[in-house]
Amino acid sequence: MRSCVALMAGTLAAFALATPALAQKQGGILKFTHRDNPPSASIHEEATISTVIPFMPVFNNLVMFDPKEKFNSPDKIVPDLAENWSWSADKTKLTFKLRSDVKWHDGKPFSANDVKCTFDALIGQGDEKVKDLIRKNPRKVWYDNLKEITVGSPTEVTFTLGRPQPSLLSMLASGYTPVYACHVDGRTLRSKPIGTGPFMVVEFKRNESIKLTRNPNYWKKGQPYLDGIEFKIVPNRSTRVLGFVAGEFDMTFDSDITFPLLKDVKDQAPHAVCEARPTNVRSNLIVNRDREPFDNPKIREALVLAIDRKPFSDILAQGNDLIGAAMLPAPAGVWGMKPEELSKLPGFGPDTAKNIAEAQSIMKSLGYGPDKTLKVKVATRNIAIYRDPAVILIDQLKKIYVDGELDPIDTTVWFTRVQQKNYQIGLNLTGAGVDDPDVMFFENFHSSSSRNYTGYSNPEVDKLIVQQSSIEDKAERMKVVAQIEEMLTRDAARPTILHGVGNTCWQPFVKGVVLQHNSIYNSWRFENIWLEK
Amino acid sequence: MGAYLTRRVLLMGLTLLGMSVLIFVMLRLVPGDIADILVDSAGIVDVDEKARIVKELGLDKPLFEQYLHWLGGLFQGDLGFAYVSERPALEEIAPRIPVSAKLALLALIYSVILGVPLGVISAVRQNTGLDYMLRVVSLSGLSLPSFWLALLILMASVQWFGVIPIYTNEPRSLVDEILLLSIPAAAVGFRSSALIMRLTRSSMLEVLRQDYIRTARSKGASQTSVNYEHALRNALLPVVTIIGIEAAFLIGGLIVTETVFNIPGVARFLVEAILWRDYPIVQNLVMLIAFITVVVNFLVDMAYMALDPRIKYAD
Repeated sequence: MRSCVALMAGTLAAFALATPALAQKQGGILKFTHRDNPPSASIHEEATISTVIPFMPVFNNLVMFDPKEKFNSPDKIVPDLAENWSWSADKTKLTFKLRSDVKWHDGKPFSANDVKCTFDALIGQGDEKVKDLIRKNPRKVWYDNLKEITVGSPTEVTFTLGRPQPSLLSMLASGYTPVYACHVDGRTLRSKPIGTGPFMVVEFKRNESIKLTRNPNYWKKGQPYLDGIEFKIVPNRSTRVLGFVAGEFDMTFDSDITFPLLKDVKDQAPHAVCEARPTNVRSNLIVNRDREPFDNPKIREALVLAIDRKPFSDILAQGNDLIGAAMLPAPAGVWGMKPEELSKLPGFGPDTAKNIAEAQSIMKSLGYGPDKTLKVKVATRNIAIYRDPAVILIDQLKKIYVDGELDPIDTTVWFTRVQQKNYQIGLNLTGAGVDDPDVMFFENFHSSSSRNYTGYSNPEVDKLIVQQSSIEDKAERMKVVAQIEEMLTRDAARPTILHGVGNTCWQPFVKGVVLQHNSIYNSWRFENIWLEK
Repeated sequence: MGAYLTRRVLLMGLTLLGMSVLIFVMLRLVPGDIADILVDSAGIVDVDEKARIVKELGLDKPLFEQYLHWLGGLFQGDLGFAYVSERPALEEIAPRIPVSAKLALLALIYSVILGVPLGVISAVRQNTGLDYMLRVVSLSGLSLPSFWLALLILMASVQWFGVIPIYTNEPRSLVDEILLLSIPAAAVGFRSSALIMRLTRSSMLEVLRQDYIRTARSKGASQTSVNYEHALRNALLPVVTIIGIEAAFLIGGLIVTETVFNIPGVARFLVEAILWRDYPIVQNLVMLIAFITVVVNFLVDMAYMALDPRIKYAD
């Protein structure tokens, strides 16, 4: 009798444990709003979430951040196309053992050669056919330390690095790092890509929609749960939000719902599930240090001191945006400075009146004052999310005798203008693909980076960036990261104003959504999502 | 008449040739080209990559050579390749034309069937309560921007009926399509109908004071006969002109309406192509609009003859 009860209890327990798996339903099309036309479908060529969201489900990476976890961090990386990986003793060789049961959407087998040609294209090696895979390479700097990719066998590939770089694995786990098919040309990858991922591209109609269908031969058996995904391109935000409220769409575009809009959405669609999360996109001040009077470090220091971050957050995000230096602050950010350390940096102290008084005193020492203001043009991209903070910045700079005039630059030539240093000061937004110091510092502050728009160059900072990159111990590395943050702030190198927070909403029947809280770019595989209809 | 028609057709050809030069030159005067934008959209400014794209797209060739290449292709029905999608421009443009054409036609029908009869009623019932009401309606039609009206329609629809009349899926039948396009067409056509109504009213008022109307009345013609057979036909000349002009102007209204109602037509596509400096798309679409405008104007001129037998086009 006792054994019978035990057997029944065991069976019930087994059922209880199995319930979550059984709960996932197969079928249905997820209708997702998309805010604009992706420039292309080639993830490696673009630097926008508009491309990552619809096309990440088409591909696989070697490794990925655990899609069930809310935070991306090096200890939460799981296998994808690679079954496992190992480092050499000197930490300069990273060998991946690849899956042998993977096929591209056109039925051709995936092999180590595909990995090699993808990364050869990214580091500018290989023949013309390989180079044709990628026409532009915005994340070239991620792979500066990657020297060679060697194929050991069809299921083994080794990455050789110039020096140890533990963060390489994090970069390989990003949604920005899919493995491309060697037998497909660049034009196809930009328009109707072929991948190994859970969904296949049916059509990419510009200005209209992107349709994906379930990959019936996906190597993760039983997945994905959805029959397909339809991304409807709806450029007008009011239409997008009204469409979601009316139930026309199942899920909003990532972070599309601002805090003022959130109240409307909750009023009109009370059952909608909405989640706020940091976007890891930060607004920052850019200063043309080659042009007078901003070639004077004192004046740059005054500008940094004049930034009062709380009003930015209150006005733009009802107080929800986050205050931090370059790295996303904790608790969402893994590498951000602690508040007590942050408050010691110029402009971050809690006594804003004191900061402004200090800035005024610097300006007065340089000959400026209420009767002699410094007239400047504050350049920014002519888009609302850029213009709005720029207007607040202009207002704040008035307090230190800087008379700013908004200079909205056509969005198409913004970066060219900045690169040509055809501005005095400006306001920019910068997103981080991965919450990792290598990504943030190499991309934006290292003198060799093509995305170091302001041309900031400090040999000491360059040295520290390389130094932190080689450190494996997290605590040790964080010390150097904090040192870099301090130097960047004191140098007024693109000082951060705020880290943005946005809301994403979905209908209650959409299940399995996990938004990661320190990057918006890495969790859009859609293979764990199902519809409970 | 034959010589007149030949002259008109030749003039139309010359106008279109002039337009092609204008479009081509003006597009290139706008700062930034597709290479700038492609590189900027990736947030990078790599000079080598930009140069490679410029070469690949043939933008490094002399302007005159680029122009001749485009024009030559146009005569052969080859519209070139869209820069952004890297597909033939014709494949990109062709499916969108019927969508916008149906929307524009529906909007034009709305504006005519509402504007002309209401204008006549307003004139015939001058200074009555009905006239005042129609004048207020027409004024609101002229003063309400179409994007605002479109948004109001969407908000009201969601609030009261819980549905949103936007284009999310391809309609399955013509009836479905007409139903789907009728609300956006009303939003676009409202302004035009107001304009047509006001013009019909003022034109009718002028005609109704003419001697021949008095003569018709004194001969015992019925009120309906006087209004519709004698007055309206003569009052229609300026109205037809404005309908012709409005048909060309509708494209402006369509840009906003297609965006708000999410309709995948040419107008929204054109704006997107301009933003991306997608020259093959912009050039060909603007040429198409110019062609339609020229043809509509020609048809309007021809319609004058049918409406007023006194008008003759001499050889």
